[in-house]
Amino acid sequence: MAQVTAQPAASQPATSASSAAAARVTRRRRRPPSRRVGALLAWFIVMLAFTAFFMVPVIWLLLAPTKTEHQLVFENPLAFGSFRTILHTWDQMYNFQAHELLEWLGNSARYSVGGVLLALACAVPAGYGLALTEFIGRKVLLGITLVVMIMPASALVLPLFLEMDLIHLSNSAWSVVLPFGFFPFGVYLSYIFFSSTIPKELLAAARVDGCSEWGVFRHVALPLARPIVALVGFFAFVSDWTNFFLPYVMFYDDRQYPLPVGLQYLIANTAAFNPLGASGNSPVEGPELAIATIVAIAPVFIVFLFAQRALVTGMLAGATKE
Amino acid sequence: MYLSLTSAGGNWVGLSNFFSTGRDFRFLPAFEHIAVYLSIWLVALVVLVLFLALMLHGGVRRTVPFFRLLFYLPGALAGAASVLVWLFMLDPQVSPWHFALSLFHFSSLDQTILPAHLPAIFAVIAFWTGAGGWILVMNGALNNISDEVIDSAKIDGANAWQLAVRVKLPLIKRWVVYMLILAFAAGTQLFVEPQLVGEASLGMVSTSWSPNQLAYYFATQNGNFNYAASISVDLLIVGLMTATVLVFRSKLFEIE
Repeated sequence: MAQVTAQPAASQPATSASSAAAARVTRRRRRPPSRRVGALLAWFIVMLAFTAFFMVPVIWLLLAPTKTEHQLVFENPLAFGSFRTILHTWDQMYNFQAHELLEWLGNSARYSVGGVLLALACAVPAGYGLALTEFIGRKVLLGITLVVMIMPASALVLPLFLEMDLIHLSNSAWSVVLPFGFFPFGVYLSYIFFSSTIPKELLAAARVDGCSEWGVFRHVALPLARPIVALVGFFAFVSDWTNFFLPYVMFYDDRQYPLPVGLQYLIANTAAFNPLGASGNSPVEGPELAIATIVAIAPVFIVFLFAQRALVTGMLAGATKE
Repeated sequence: MYLSLTSAGGNWVGLSNFFSTGRDFRFLPAFEHIAVYLSIWLVALVVLVLFLALMLHGGVRRTVPFFRLLFYLPGALAGAASVLVWLFMLDPQVSPWHFALSLFHFSSLDQTILPAHLPAIFAVIAFWTGAGGWILVMNGALNNISDEVIDSAKIDGANAWQLAVRVKLPLIKRWVVYMLILAFAAGTQLFVEPQLVGEASLGMVSTSWSPNQLAYYFATQNGNFNYAASISVDLLIVGLMTATVLVFRSKLFEIE
């Protein structure tokens, strides 16, 4: 069936009896070439329209720092400014409140990496335990994992804040890293992996050979689980890096903010959107905000480009059971 | 949980916090906002994601990975970054979409982000960042349909439209349900969007637009953790209920 290159879904719903009969004979479409070309054209137009919807904002964002605020308003929105302006824009943003942008970047990196490590340290052994050992309450625990996995994490943010406040951890890095470590989706992914790919006999053989329980996990299961460790790490990283609500609630000192909350701080405290809220003569305008946004998304953007396949695998992991 | 059932002094007050927050003048509007937003967002999500996924699957094979990647890249801008970008997109002065905005006679940012427009705007933002990922998932699900099924439908004379609606759609139905429930649960938790748009609107948009914001407001501005907790519990119950329904009533997560 590889010959059938185009089967546009946008074509007319009605099929004439003759073409159906023709299809039955040759398994090939016998439509007038003009109609096929028309349908193909329609398909491309629709696809390109949606591509524009999805990509124009991204392109605009990448172009914005090349222009000055004046050019941003008065020139074609998708025009390119100049490389010199990028440097200028960057300088403006970089110097904002004594390199605060870099501090936010560092914070984001610390919180996300800490969160990812903790999530891995908890989720992978937990998935292993759920998949390959028998204990009382195992099914219940699995059910609970699934429920909290699907429940949106932001529902827990305020209760978490109250807890952290109680043990005087709010406004510290721990207040976001510890909740980031709670990553039921990772437990579930590891569970699927361990239960579907690692045979119990293999572990039994290791035990017979005198391996301790920890040794079995450390020397047999973990080396085999490298792909799943990477996958869980990827998902944890993306969700930690883009998380807004949790750090927004936890930190009251703007030097502690990660990047997403920093962006919010920029909106609230600069002239770009908020002429009244700006403190003094703020250098941060549209182009600076755009460059800050680019800094904020760059790591995830790069990871995304390379991890498309991983994403599908992860999201489809739920239903396909071999 | 405990906080939601006690007063500031720690006394047991039963459900009275729930009633007080329920009577608060901001409570109903906040949940109304969310309801309007959810209805726009869920309908748009299902219709457009299915439309695009089926278009892709029935389209020119070689271009599919390319379009799929482009649709899904904005997902990298989730959260605060997406709102920031859209604040620019919605500002007729700088937006590359100014021609579209002028169709609605918007000439400044304050006109575009009038409170009445917000549910639709948040739906657009959520669609922009979220749809690509779901298109990927649907595409993956569609690719799991065996070629034999599709071939035999074609032999029986099904055209592209019938193939999409009568054959492919029923086969990926449970993924649609999965998407709906997840999107619903996540949608009730709206926080960053109204918060940021509120910052940019010079006080035009209320700081308690969504229930999560209202809870945040109670906790930080009023110092009333008990009220905040009771709203959190309301939202938690919604999230837990949808999750539980999905896990135990659908066959998506058959364990063993």
